Amino acid sequence: MTTRKTLRSFPALALAMAVAAGGTAMAATTLVGTGASFPYPIYSKWFDEYQKVRPDVRINYQSIGSGGGIRQITARTVDFGASDGPMTSAQLFAVDGKILHLPTVLGAVVVVFNLPGVDTLNLDGPTLADIFLGKIRGWNDAAIAALNPGVALPANPITVVHRSDGSGTTFCLVDYLSKVSPAWLRTAGKGTAVNWPVGLGGKGNEGVAGLVKQTPYAIGYVELIYADQNHLSYAAIRNLAGKFVKANTAAVTAAAAGTASSMPGDFRVSITNAAGDDAYPISTYTWLLVYQANPGNKGEILKGFLRWMLKDGQGMAGGLGYAPLPDSVNGMVAKAVETIR
Amino acid sequence: MRMSPSVLALAGPRWGADDAFRRMTLAFGLVIVGLAVAMGGTMAVNSRLAWRAFGLPFIWTSTWDPVAEVFGAWPFIWGTLVSSALALSVAVPLGLGTAVFLAEVAPRRLSDAASFAIELLAAIPTVIMGLMGIFILVPLVRWAEPWLARTLGFLPFFRGAPYGVGMLTAGLLLAFIILPYIVSITREIMLTVPRSLREAALGLGATKWEVVRLVVFPYARSGVTGAVFLALGRALGETMAVTMVIGNTPKVSLSLLEPGYSMAAVLANEFAEASSDLYVHSLVAIGLVLFGITIVVNAIARLMIHRATVRAS
Repeated sequence: MTTRKTLRSFPALALAMAVAAGGTAMAATTLVGTGASFPYPIYSKWFDEYQKVRPDVRINYQSIGSGGGIRQITARTVDFGASDGPMTSAQLFAVDGKILHLPTVLGAVVVVFNLPGVDTLNLDGPTLADIFLGKIRGWNDAAIAALNPGVALPANPITVVHRSDGSGTTFCLVDYLSKVSPAWLRTAGKGTAVNWPVGLGGKGNEGVAGLVKQTPYAIGYVELIYADQNHLSYAAIRNLAGKFVKANTAAVTAAAAGTASSMPGDFRVSITNAAGDDAYPISTYTWLLVYQANPGNKGEILKGFLRWMLKDGQGMAGGLGYAPLPDSVNGMVAKAVETIR
Repeated sequence: MRMSPSVLALAGPRWGADDAFRRMTLAFGLVIVGLAVAMGGTMAVNSRLAWRAFGLPFIWTSTWDPVAEVFGAWPFIWGTLVSSALALSVAVPLGLGTAVFLAEVAPRRLSDAASFAIELLAAIPTVIMGLMGIFILVPLVRWAEPWLARTLGFLPFFRGAPYGVGMLTAGLLLAFIILPYIVSITREIMLTVPRSLREAALGLGATKWEVVRLVVFPYARSGVTGAVFLALGRALGETMAVTMVIGNTPKVSLSLLEPGYSMAAVLANEFAEASSDLYVHSLVAIGLVLFGITIVVNAIARLMIHRATVRAS
């Protein structure tokens, strides 16, 4: 009985859906993108806001991870990809067509810790690498104590927490560790997932934040905004200029500005361990991956969005824990956007 | 008088309908078999690079290094087997005991109410179980671990730092996840034991325990074995809850206090960001191994049930 009723009402429902779909299909063009989860909060805000500016354009973004973004844009199953780590030359070589890396915003990876009674901590690159390598095992190790005069460090063993899933956040941290510690480069190396010598794995930024928050004497790394949301203390890191800097959006933009003069034409650049007194050393760009040549009017639509993103979109970054592009870089990206067809 | 079409069909030659029915059900059966074969085939094809690069030693080597692109599945196989075995060793005695109480000892009303609650447990999404694991079980285990290490530390199974997350927590959480399956199926099966058999035993002067041991268990053995293996299958494949509490560290350790990893967990964690072909193929190869283990477990279950039924009859 119920089935029959449903069946009878079905044509009417289908008709209503068809009308609704037809109504939007006539007006809207949909762009589909996939990739990094690191910039997902700001991207979804942008795509939302942009729809208010251009109601005829819809952008559908799925944050499946940088690796997935690179694979799907290479296979052309999406209109744009997104990644926290630049594509390697080998990956670019395998692509049929030219892919542009367009920086959108910057983010910071912070070293969070759970030390009962201690809420400020200074660390430098080699010490951090040795902690993540398992060479420094206790909190009262001489290397940590030397960086933190006057802080009562406990004798407890350090519990290292890292990401269990492949991630742009991991890439940013190990990219930095590889630059400052030859031992790290030799043993673990650089990638979105590495063979961690010690520690526990948590899934996602929230997983790592949760483990650090729960486990006394733990140390881990998350994106800046997750540290703030979870009220976790994070360490000041000694930068290339020898200054201890705590992460904030200004310190990240400073790191980008410190490398802007040497920015390569294809924007594939790492800004970890950047020069500059105020530069936070574990910072990174995040990129949109788009083809220079696009089918139909997709190129024009992408261009329209990217122009808006560089002008109006940048102002929304700070509120979500991302740093806007420095002006000089913004100008360079704007030029690159104009080459899209 | 006009006959309705269905009666007309019945009046016609019967073999035609039988034949059609046979073919149709055969087709359904073949679809299921075909699906299983297709799954195995797809995974074999999409893991070929891993087998070509590492060969069979892929199964028993322990390095998992995405940067150097060296992959071995042993830590994950180990973690899956150990956490599932641990889960069974907790859930089977607990589950059977509960089922015996509910089927044989408890008043019928209490039994029905309790089994309703237990079946409700089975409906809780495992991600919720994982959250409960993080917020309740992990702190409890972290609190108990130093004591375990002090008192049982002479055994290799209870050594290491008290992280709270690890193999022990994963095994206990899995036990809670599979417990409802064991309890509810075992209770139902015990209730199907004919009343006359019980009464005969009681009439011979058997105690309640003797009735359970000598009459109910032999009668229900194949069903109970089935319940246990269904639960084991569930434990082997459980992904989300395990990922949240096992520690996600691809290391092989005898100690239950150390963090570990499982096959399903590494797939959930690393598939999305696996960038190189060999990496993806190695992950699919782990999927294939898990598929193989599930088939072997099911085959053993079949065999045991078959043996039990043969012996009983």
